Amino acid sequence: MNSAENNLVCTAKIDASCRVPLLALFGGSALWLVIGLVLALLASLTFHAPKMFAQCPYATYGHLAPAANDLLVYGFAIPAALGVVLWIFARLSRAELVMPLVPAVAANLWHLGVFIGLATILCGGSSGFTWLEFPRASAMLLGVSFVLIAISAIATFGQRKERVLYPSHWFLLAALLWFPWIYSTANLFLVTTWPVRGMAQAVINWWFANNLVFVWLALVGVSVAFYFLPKIAGRPLQSRLYALFVFWTLILFGTWAGIPQGAPVPAWLPTTSAFASLLLIIPFVAIAVIVIKTVCGADVICKGGPFCYLKFGMAAFILSGLMLIAEACPQYSRVLEFTWFGAAQTQLQILGFFAIVICGAIYEILPRVMGFGLPFPKFVRLQHWLFMLGIVLWAGSLAVGGVEQGMKLANPQTAFADSTSIALIFLRAGTTGLFVLLLGSLLFAANIFVMTIKWKLALFKSVIAYIKSPLETSSVTASLRRDQGEVKP
Amino acid sequence: MKNGFAVFSAVLVALGASWLGFVVAPIMQLGTAKQVTVLNSSDTYPLQRTGNATRGLQVYRANGCAACHTEQVRQDNVICNVFVTSLGKNSNAVWKITSDIFSKNQKLAGQSALRKLVFDLSRQMDEFGSHVWEVSKNDADADADKITAAGGKVEIHIVPIGADISRGWGIRQSVAADYLYDYPVQLGSLRAGPDLSNIGARDPDLNWQLVHLYAPQALVKGSAMPPFRFLFEIRKINTGDAPSPDALQFPKDFASPAGCEVVPKPEAKQLASYLLSLRQDAPLYEAPFTPVMAKP
Repeated sequence: MNSAENNLVCTAKIDASCRVPLLALFGGSALWLVIGLVLALLASLTFHAPKMFAQCPYATYGHLAPAANDLLVYGFAIPAALGVVLWIFARLSRAELVMPLVPAVAANLWHLGVFIGLATILCGGSSGFTWLEFPRASAMLLGVSFVLIAISAIATFGQRKERVLYPSHWFLLAALLWFPWIYSTANLFLVTTWPVRGMAQAVINWWFANNLVFVWLALVGVSVAFYFLPKIAGRPLQSRLYALFVFWTLILFGTWAGIPQGAPVPAWLPTTSAFASLLLIIPFVAIAVIVIKTVCGADVICKGGPFCYLKFGMAAFILSGLMLIAEACPQYSRVLEFTWFGAAQTQLQILGFFAIVICGAIYEILPRVMGFGLPFPKFVRLQHWLFMLGIVLWAGSLAVGGVEQGMKLANPQTAFADSTSIALIFLRAGTTGLFVLLLGSLLFAANIFVMTIKWKLALFKSVIAYIKSPLETSSVTASLRRDQGEVKP
Repeated sequence: MKNGFAVFSAVLVALGASWLGFVVAPIMQLGTAKQVTVLNSSDTYPLQRTGNATRGLQVYRANGCAACHTEQVRQDNVICNVFVTSLGKNSNAVWKITSDIFSKNQKLAGQSALRKLVFDLSRQMDEFGSHVWEVSKNDADADADKITAAGGKVEIHIVPIGADISRGWGIRQSVAADYLYDYPVQLGSLRAGPDLSNIGARDPDLNWQLVHLYAPQALVKGSAMPPFRFLFEIRKINTGDAPSPDALQFPKDFASPAGCEVVPKPEAKQLASYLLSLRQDAPLYEAPFTPVMAKP
């Protein structure tokens, strides 16, 4: 066997070792993506027909909207990201996944935690803090399962043959350390019997929200792009030094963003935040340069495949970053604060950037891990178009509607009702966009579920075949000899 | 960055710094805050809510009202109204100084938005017979000094301005002290509905609040708010029975269920009393304003 063949067998073994945990993580996250988008759709319908859920205490807008957001981040984004992280770590280490059963069990615990959280929010048990609505029980489950998965990932990282780290390593290791830190801090100070007092709650909540939705998603999404873009384009990342620069500037400035400019807190808080947000332009430009230099000149036609997903996702990331900076500028913030613009930025970050990048990565990973092709390869292209259209309609109309609403709000001569009615016009387009996104997510779920079912059937068949197959002669004689040995004194 | 330890250190530095800045420092600065004294008074602020209103805050949280409503008033600036209350003994000199300052302000009126506002308001106030102009804090102090030096008497009124305040959503900006006793603090981030930080002062009628929760469109035409019917009970009125004292009083043009009365469940009453408890109307050191006495 020559070395190339050896490598091939080795890669197949590495991929196979990730199979069980990745299916558990991806399967659940696809389900939550669909349910999350259904809830978001129902929530936005409340605006068009306010009396729809008048009799139903479970389905008020105040329940549906946070539940949908939590499902998109905790249900879909984080587990899908963790699956991709496990695979990238195993591949970069050129080693099989260490303790593959631990992340498989942890994935199910995670999904159980999300389910408990969803049920609690719909029953009115939300904690009232943005992105922390889940009750303590599910926060515990999420925290423990994240740590378990991170342990498996870091153990695999320790097995690496090549000691020098690849840029994606930095971002992903940072993300694995990031989440336990921010999630435990926020939960221990806010969702406990002895919470901190007064406005300190709101400040910690903003710090957590920014570190989760902006920094964490950016760390994972950008590193996934830095791993797959060179791989698909067939040329090295341009360049390692730029990537190091992005890593440092992103984590140094990004962590300080997120305090709204009009917040009723001592002025140093929003001022620091505005300054840090403005500096974020540096990593954004650097990321754009890296992506453009890596992608341009590559002789690859994407045709709606994973390459397209990654390129669109990175463009959305830069755009949502610019929107973040706009929100942090005091004079723009006067108009944009308290409007749909903030929601547009978050949705663009989660669905336009992260979901698209991670779906592209999953479509690259799954066929390799499973050892057979996607059941509906045409859906990949279709989903790409649906997601693009959906995002433009959903986030785009919210953003424009937010600006219009903000202009009306800032002018005390116009009635308040005018600001709501102008936003409603844009919300209609937004709701259509959500529906399109839902269709796209159904295609994603179909591919993953059919693959899982196929694999389970094949597994079942091979077990049956194993049971039915006659024993080998050598093992029969061996057992006979052993029996005789036991009989003889 | 050659190994895992380098990445670990990078995270420790970057996230650790922001953790100290945005978690530990606010806990030390804001988390240890206590009640404060209201300006020019011995009253303390804020007061703890009553039992029903405290429970109402939890109803507000459970139903996610903060998804559409904010509880925060912003202000753009503060202006000062200078009132000359008495010309004193040397009335001619004071009058001369006053009218000089007034005409100087009128000349400056075209130069900036603040001055323009000054001009409009002062002309209007002039009709009431007192001499008023509105300027920034420093100018007001300087003007007041000139007039008092000549023997006149002056009052300075501090007036916060801004879009939220012009809408009548509040008198001054919200500050950290307003949320001292809230758990959770629910500022909200979207104004799909109006701001509620002073709803208790704006609509102090309990029945109005309850009817609005039951049927928002009955009171506010074209409101996008979903009705919260599940917080109410519809009871049949049997002949001879006295109607419930809690039953909602609907406006005349509202078609209430025939032969029935609508009675708020405890949660609805708690939510309404929480809403009535929302008022940020005390002048504070960090948010000063001069309380305006009702005009006779």
